[in-house]
Amino acid sequence: MTALAPPPVRVADRSTSTGGRSKSVVWMVLPALVMFAAFGIIPLLGVLGLSFTQWDGIGAINPAGADNWFSVLSEPGLLHALWVTFLIMALSWVFQTPVSLLIGVFLASRKRYRGFLAVLYFIPLLLSSAAIAITFSALLNPNFGLGAGLGVEFLNQDWLGQSNLAIATLIFVVSWQFIPFHSLIYQGGVRQIPTSMYEAAQIDGAGRVRTFFSITLPQLKYTIITSSTLMVVGSLTFFDLIFVLTAGGPGDATRVLALEMYQTGFRANLMGPASVIAVILVLVGLGLALLLRRLGGGSASDSQLEGA
Amino acid sequence: MAISTRPALPRPATSVSGSPGGSHAKPSSARRWNWFGGGFGWLWLVVVMVPIYWIVITSFKTRANYYAENPLAPPTQPTLENYRQVIEADFTRYFANSVIVTAGATLPAVLISFMAAYAIVRGSGASRFLRSANGVFLMGLAIPLQAVIIPIYLIIIRLQMYDTLLAIILPSIAFAIPLSVLVLANFIRDVPKELFESMRLDGATEWGTLWRLAFPLTRPALVTVIIYQGLGIWNGFILPLILTQSPEQRTLPLGLWSFQGQYGVNVPAVLASVVLTTLPVLICYAIGRRQLLSGLTAGFGK
Repeated sequence: MTALAPPPVRVADRSTSTGGRSKSVVWMVLPALVMFAAFGIIPLLGVLGLSFTQWDGIGAINPAGADNWFSVLSEPGLLHALWVTFLIMALSWVFQTPVSLLIGVFLASRKRYRGFLAVLYFIPLLLSSAAIAITFSALLNPNFGLGAGLGVEFLNQDWLGQSNLAIATLIFVVSWQFIPFHSLIYQGGVRQIPTSMYEAAQIDGAGRVRTFFSITLPQLKYTIITSSTLMVVGSLTFFDLIFVLTAGGPGDATRVLALEMYQTGFRANLMGPASVIAVILVLVGLGLALLLRRLGGGSASDSQLEGA
Repeated sequence: MAISTRPALPRPATSVSGSPGGSHAKPSSARRWNWFGGGFGWLWLVVVMVPIYWIVITSFKTRANYYAENPLAPPTQPTLENYRQVIEADFTRYFANSVIVTAGATLPAVLISFMAAYAIVRGSGASRFLRSANGVFLMGLAIPLQAVIIPIYLIIIRLQMYDTLLAIILPSIAFAIPLSVLVLANFIRDVPKELFESMRLDGATEWGTLWRLAFPLTRPALVTVIIYQGLGIWNGFILPLILTQSPEQRTLPLGLWSFQGQYGVNVPAVLASVVLTTLPVLICYAIGRRQLLSGLTAGFGK
């Protein structure tokens, strides 16, 4: 599940530390810190460094100044990959959010059979992106897939062969994989809305729709932001799914940033330009995370912490 | 720097039981059938299950039947031939590699994350170093693996570990740390401080307290984190793709991909390999499902 982005963060609040005033525990953080520095922090600095070098992946690494940056930024390929990345991000958000929200609200009631449904919904999350991509490329194959076999006109199209259809198919496959996860998040969110609010609404004679829009939806504000952050940042990591399902095609219709980086670095052996794309990928990820955090409202989320 | 939109994270004991307060969330909805949500819920079940059903039945069909039959009809002449073919084609080696990588990365990652989480909770009050370390881990949540894969590739080459399983294991451990530390620290933080105090009065060392107090109390969170990270590493694709080369070092997701290349037209065989790679995960899910689902809903909920 590499495509799952990390959840939001509760920053350590010093005031309520567990009474620990002990410095004798400091060494316990070292193994984790060393590992993470070696394969997380140093590579993060390294990719910035490599973006100013010339390297074919095997031979010597030579300084290249800002050449890579000029060449990548002036190439239409980068802009296109950025556009596709944002398009897939936006469309998958627009499609996944309402569906996950509805299913989450539905699952939140404590009926037995809904618990059972939640168990089945979870199954796509157990499959690797590679397995999912392979399954759908077989299922949607225009010659011997589901549509051809059933003889249904609508299903029988070249789903991955035309630009617009390929993007739509990709959004569907992504939703198939991740709506179950987001509906679980919403399920958890709905369950924490105080029962008294619904009782009050009932006394006031509010119907189901009214209750949904006046109580459920506003109370889920922070859950929506959590889920959206995971969706948006997670959409940057659809690499394996896209790599196996469409390999960026048809043409370059589904060639997202991560794929552009892979093709440039590991196929064309241009590690310098690929590093430039990787740095842009980091910046996009960080920028989105910060933007969504701002939307969440820093102070509002702080007070939420105490209430939760 | 970290993507902290909201402070929602797992809380131990009560939330893991899956029923905070034991009250029904929406008493009103229990009375009338919710057509809209209900219809949607069942529709989604169909959308989720049809491809899965199709994978399973197709994997038991012969090639000839696959092209001739209705794709959604159960096989008329079920066969295990596809499975035999896949297992003979190095599946067992990929499987063994995946087990080694998953166990070899998940357990150390969760263990050192647990130690780090304990240190951060117990010592952050006194140590600026621990607070900075915590900050580093939080920032780590926002680093996408794909973005740093080129330098990792360089490091692995320089360490002369290219094309070994260790090349997959080490970065997998590193990228499991930030989230594990975060979740575990939030659990340990909720252990009542009186318990730590009494351990200390009894003369326990921090190391002893870690194992005899924090470890048992954090077990639900540890299991959730192990399942979650294990699943991610088991399904990992980009690290094996970039850091290994020879078929002997392939893990299952990469093996699947190469199967597709080899048997592209033999759809039933490809789908049998999909079933085989997913089966171990499904079995683990059947065992640990309650834990994982309640851990996740409690963890991400409001």
